[in-house]
Amino acid sequence: MLLQAHQLKKSFQSVDGPVPVLRGIDLSVDAGETLALTGESGSGKSTLLHILGGLDVVDSGTISLEGHDITGLDDTGRAALRRDTFGIIFQQFNLIPSLTVAANIAFQARLAGKASTDGLAHLADALGLTEQLNKYPEQLSGGQQQRVAIARALAVRPKLVLADEPTGNLDEDTAEQVLAQMLDLVADTGAALVMVTHSPTLANRMGRRLHLRQGQLA
Amino acid sequence: MNVRALVFLLCLPAMAWAQGFGGLGTQADGFTTPRPNPVFDFPQDHGPHPDYRIEWWYLTANMTGPDGAEYGLQWTLFRSALAPEVGVGWTSPQIYFGHAAVSTKDAHYVSERFARGGIGQAGVTPAPFEAWIDDWHLKGDNFDTMQMHATGPEFAYDVTLDAQGPLVFHGDGGFSVKSAKGQASYYYSQPFYDLSGTLTLPDGPVPVTGTAWLDREWSSQPLADDQSGWDWFSLSFEDGNKLMGFRLRQTDGTFFASGTWIAPDGTPTALRPDDFIASPMALSDVGGRDVPTTWRVQVPRFNVDVTTTALNPQAWMAVSLPYWEGPVTVQGSHTGRGYLEMTGYE
Amino acid sequence: MTAAGFHALWSHWRRNPLQLFTLVAGLALATALWSGVQAVNAEARASYGAAAATLGEGQFDQLLPAQSDTIAQADYIALRRAGWQVGPVVDGRLDADGTQIRILGIDPLTAPNGFDAVGEGQPVDLVDFLSKPTVFANADTADLLKGLGVRVIEDAGVASGMAITDVSVAQDVLSLPGQLSRLVIANQQPLGVPPLADVVPNLTRVAAQSGTDVARLTDSFHLNLTAFGLLSFAVGIFIVHGTIGLAFEQRRSMVRTLRALGMPLRRVMVLMGVELIVLALIGGGVGVVMGYLIAAALLPDVAATLKGLYGADVSGTLQLRPSWWISGLLISVAGTGVAAIGSLMQVARMPLLASARPQAWLTASSARRILHVAISGLLLAVAVALGVWGKGLVLGFVMLGALLIGAALALPLILDVALRLGQARARHVIWEWFWADTRQQLPGLSLALMALLLAMAANVGVSTMVSSFRLTFVGFLDQRLASELYVTAQTPAQSEALQAFLKPQVRVILPVLSVQTDLAGLPTDLYGARIDSTHRDNWAFLEARSDAWDSVDTGRGIIINEQLARRAGLWVGDDVSLGGSRILPVVGIYGDYGNPIGQAIVQEDLFNALHPNQIPTRFGLRTDTPDSVRKALIDDFGLPEANIIDQAGIKAFSLSIFERTFTVTGALNVLTLAVAGFAIFMSLLTLASMRVPQLAPAWALGLTRRKLGQLELTRAAILAVLTATAAIPLGLALAWVLLAVVNVEAFGWKLPMYVFPAAYAKLCGFALLAAIVAALWPALRLARTPPTDLLKVFANER
Repeated sequence: MLLQAHQLKKSFQSVDGPVPVLRGIDLSVDAGETLALTGESGSGKSTLLHILGGLDVVDSGTISLEGHDITGLDDTGRAALRRDTFGIIFQQFNLIPSLTVAANIAFQARLAGKASTDGLAHLADALGLTEQLNKYPEQLSGGQQQRVAIARALAVRPKLVLADEPTGNLDEDTAEQVLAQMLDLVADTGAALVMVTHSPTLANRMGRRLHLRQGQLA
Repeated sequence: MNVRALVFLLCLPAMAWAQGFGGLGTQADGFTTPRPNPVFDFPQDHGPHPDYRIEWWYLTANMTGPDGAEYGLQWTLFRSALAPEVGVGWTSPQIYFGHAAVSTKDAHYVSERFARGGIGQAGVTPAPFEAWIDDWHLKGDNFDTMQMHATGPEFAYDVTLDAQGPLVFHGDGGFSVKSAKGQASYYYSQPFYDLSGTLTLPDGPVPVTGTAWLDREWSSQPLADDQSGWDWFSLSFEDGNKLMGFRLRQTDGTFFASGTWIAPDGTPTALRPDDFIASPMALSDVGGRDVPTTWRVQVPRFNVDVTTTALNPQAWMAVSLPYWEGPVTVQGSHTGRGYLEMTGYE
Repeated sequence: MTAAGFHALWSHWRRNPLQLFTLVAGLALATALWSGVQAVNAEARASYGAAAATLGEGQFDQLLPAQSDTIAQADYIALRRAGWQVGPVVDGRLDADGTQIRILGIDPLTAPNGFDAVGEGQPVDLVDFLSKPTVFANADTADLLKGLGVRVIEDAGVASGMAITDVSVAQDVLSLPGQLSRLVIANQQPLGVPPLADVVPNLTRVAAQSGTDVARLTDSFHLNLTAFGLLSFAVGIFIVHGTIGLAFEQRRSMVRTLRALGMPLRRVMVLMGVELIVLALIGGGVGVVMGYLIAAALLPDVAATLKGLYGADVSGTLQLRPSWWISGLLISVAGTGVAAIGSLMQVARMPLLASARPQAWLTASSARRILHVAISGLLLAVAVALGVWGKGLVLGFVMLGALLIGAALALPLILDVALRLGQARARHVIWEWFWADTRQQLPGLSLALMALLLAMAANVGVSTMVSSFRLTFVGFLDQRLASELYVTAQTPAQSEALQAFLKPQVRVILPVLSVQTDLAGLPTDLYGARIDSTHRDNWAFLEARSDAWDSVDTGRGIIINEQLARRAGLWVGDDVSLGGSRILPVVGIYGDYGNPIGQAIVQEDLFNALHPNQIPTRFGLRTDTPDSVRKALIDDFGLPEANIIDQAGIKAFSLSIFERTFTVTGALNVLTLAVAGFAIFMSLLTLASMRVPQLAPAWALGLTRRKLGQLELTRAAILAVLTATAAIPLGLALAWVLLAVVNVEAFGWKLPMYVFPAAYAKLCGFALLAAIVAALWPALRLARTPPTDLLKVFANER
């Protein structure tokens, strides 16, 4: 068991009072497993992903990683977790605009002290980014940008990759290519993958599929 | 602020006959006022009378140049007292100011001076006679033969005067009534001067000869409060007779007129108010003002019915408190020359 | 449509109140400093105007006594009787409760310019004035005159420290019966006046323009203030420019939408223009009020400065003049226009279907960068060219302007190079990112940093000038104030007895003999000196003949101060006329710092021959036993203690005058620096909200918010230090221009330049502190940003 979540609850404040987003989620992720999180807009799937990734905190419930409770970690602890253990890919704005592609790919790995020149070259090659290494993010296409994000997430050799609609901004063909590359590489590294998507097609390519409806697993 | 205008305001008595200035219409403030039946004491009375508010030595002349061109000149010294005291130094309340002018057919030159009486810059001594302000003077061993000098930025003159007749006393033996309410002044003239000398004009010196008329007048309250200006004539006819006449314009449209008929031997006849009739005939545009520069003057009692025409209708005295003063020619029942002064046409 | 459009445009400001505040505050600050300085200048000029109108200086020639101090009233009457149109003036100083008041007596009847100086535009009752002793003075001075026993009328038009009255009253209170100080000559004179020399051979005619024309003398000082005002205005406009640029950039999509919905471009432009004018008027209005407060606060010091440097009397109270309101609002609108023109043109040229680029403001196009560098190079070249070939005060200021703006435009390039170096040397990934990110932020911060550069350079430059001046001045005092004691006789009559008493007590008595006169057509204090080893040992000449003191001592030479030398174009070897046929060669030029007017020194006997009625009342005493001499003077001679001052006392007094003189400069310095600090603060605050998308990925990848906040603070500090480092050489260049070019033109003396590293380090410390204080709040906000806000960056619904 890589990750275990128990009775996760989360509300957001609005002018009309607290709005519950997650209403008690129980979830577990095994090492190397691929899991799709689907659901309508506002069903809480992104929030769940953020909480699993240590980007946000729950109101109640517990999360444990490899048997260790990580629910109570402070800012620093959660930052270390993100840096060392997870690879995170968002739909957009993944990259640091002031750094080159190469620096972006290496960024998290170097933060975590795990950068290896060979590993980075391999990733760039696998994702077809070798030509782009000295460019800046704004000079890349959307598909290329997401490939950089994938490379960066995998460069740290994470135990768990968290992806939030990673191909949501791409056209269908590109999305298909990028997804395929991502799945191959994740499989190569042996990391588990949790991906938020609203596309049933994509969800079907994952090992397991969970559907959220109004903050609860259906 | 314009100091000059204020000086003039305070000195108003002189010119202010026309302006109806409040200062004079009211009180005499400890100053002596003229009384009927005066007894003059010469030469002392040619000098200043500091216990009267206002006084002047006022000379006008009609002259001819070598080419027959006509000229006029004016030399006036005014004395105006802030208080009926003599005083010495800067604090003397006796203030003097002078006006001088030369008129030609097409030019009119004016200059103006101010001074305090206590420091020697201006004053009048009766014997030997000298009236002066700055470099301007009117002086002589006696009142009958005098030298006269004045300068301005564009003109100067130096002339000698020689009296050919006696002093003439206006009104009732020198007591000249100025309104129906009884305002009056002491007033006498020397209208019989022969004049010769030199005018210096922008084009150079001009030798001239002619006649001059000197007025002496002092008072403390010469104007009534309903009088707004005056028209004053001094005319010398070729038959030897002379006429002094004035009318004070009153705010109700009526006039207070008076005058003196002077026989060739100097014998004066005081004119009654209805003896002297002056009527404007034609107006001239003088710097935007309508000024009557042609007059019909009638004295039925002496069969006078003449027209006076200004030598130069633009004889405007552009001094602190401006007025019109210039030479005229006389035609009609009598011919001759003279001077016209008009105030209150501002 | 117009109302709807306005509403849409205005909603931007409603949603971005901070931007609105920045814009209005920037305008207000710019306008405040500008109009404050203008107000101070206007007030000072009004004071000179009042004084000049009264004195007839500048308009009329004057007659001054050639040899004595006064003109006999008889000479005045003689001139008038000769036809000369001259007006008398009695001019002297009266001690009222320890304050010197200048009493000016005129004759309203003959003064060529009449009585225009008093009455505040209203007629003065002249009968009243002539009938009753009256003085006119402004409110400050009126109180001091109460004891005079004459009527005092308050008149704001009369210069401070001055009282205008009738000749008679002036002669009376100054005890000058029958005497006049000078005569003012009317411009128009009657025909045929005799030559002046025939009437009054003992008087000298002085041409109008060479009189003590305070306004001309102080022009340089006001130009100085104006330059400061302009600098502050420019700094403020930098803020405004930045804000408007950002706001317009952020509203591109709104403009596009409005146009797509059918509003003509012209209408959009007009609406945006009107909106800016309204904002400019609001900011300008606030600025004028602030400017008034600044001016009111500065004016007393300005008055002190002008008094100290030029001897000009300026009223210490401010009058509210409508012209400031107008000019303040106009400059605000004009400044906004300059700041907005680029943005408005961009909107005008924007294609209807252009995409919104919310990040575009943060990146400068390389074309613009090249243009800036080109302009910068050009301006710096102009500055250097002027430094080599330029002459005169205005060119000096042009050179300053070119130097400052050129350097400011070059700053982004310089900083970029420095940051690139930092980046190349960075080993750790966080620092690599930090340098890269700082470089990317540079365009957004560069305006604020330019403002900081200008403010700091001005600070370095002016403080270097003032401190150099101070060092030179102190050295000069040490050198000049060599006598151990300075004593003043109570009356001229006591002079002889005092000298006789002192003779056996001290080594040397050095009488101080002086008159105010004119040399080479310039107002000059002429001193008669008893040449002694004190002079020979202590005085350092700027340039002199080797036998200078011998020449002076034998009455065959004159030495003059630097001010007189420069203003009159005299140098060693030139001849100077002392009136009449007395002509002496200049044998030496000496530095005379802090003195507003010319000074010249001749030998004592020669002085007495020229000015026979001068009796010395002040003496410098050389003695080895100053304490016992002082005691003897007090106990045995009966001289009041106040009439004896020792060397230390007089030095302290001189220095205190000096210190007051530069308070204004100091105050303006601080204000300019404060505006620059505000610019940095506002820029960082604005950037902070826009930088969330840039920072969110770093945070997501494992940097804590706290760490990000620390990095932001570090970034501000590093930029400030880099800017400060660039500011110091620029400031030193500025100081050189001030000392070697502007000073000579403005004050008449050239100063050696000293460098004050400790002061610059302190200033850098201040700049660092200011930057950190400015960055603190944005950094704290960043450290406390809720994760939700950061996550929104990545959210699909964004």
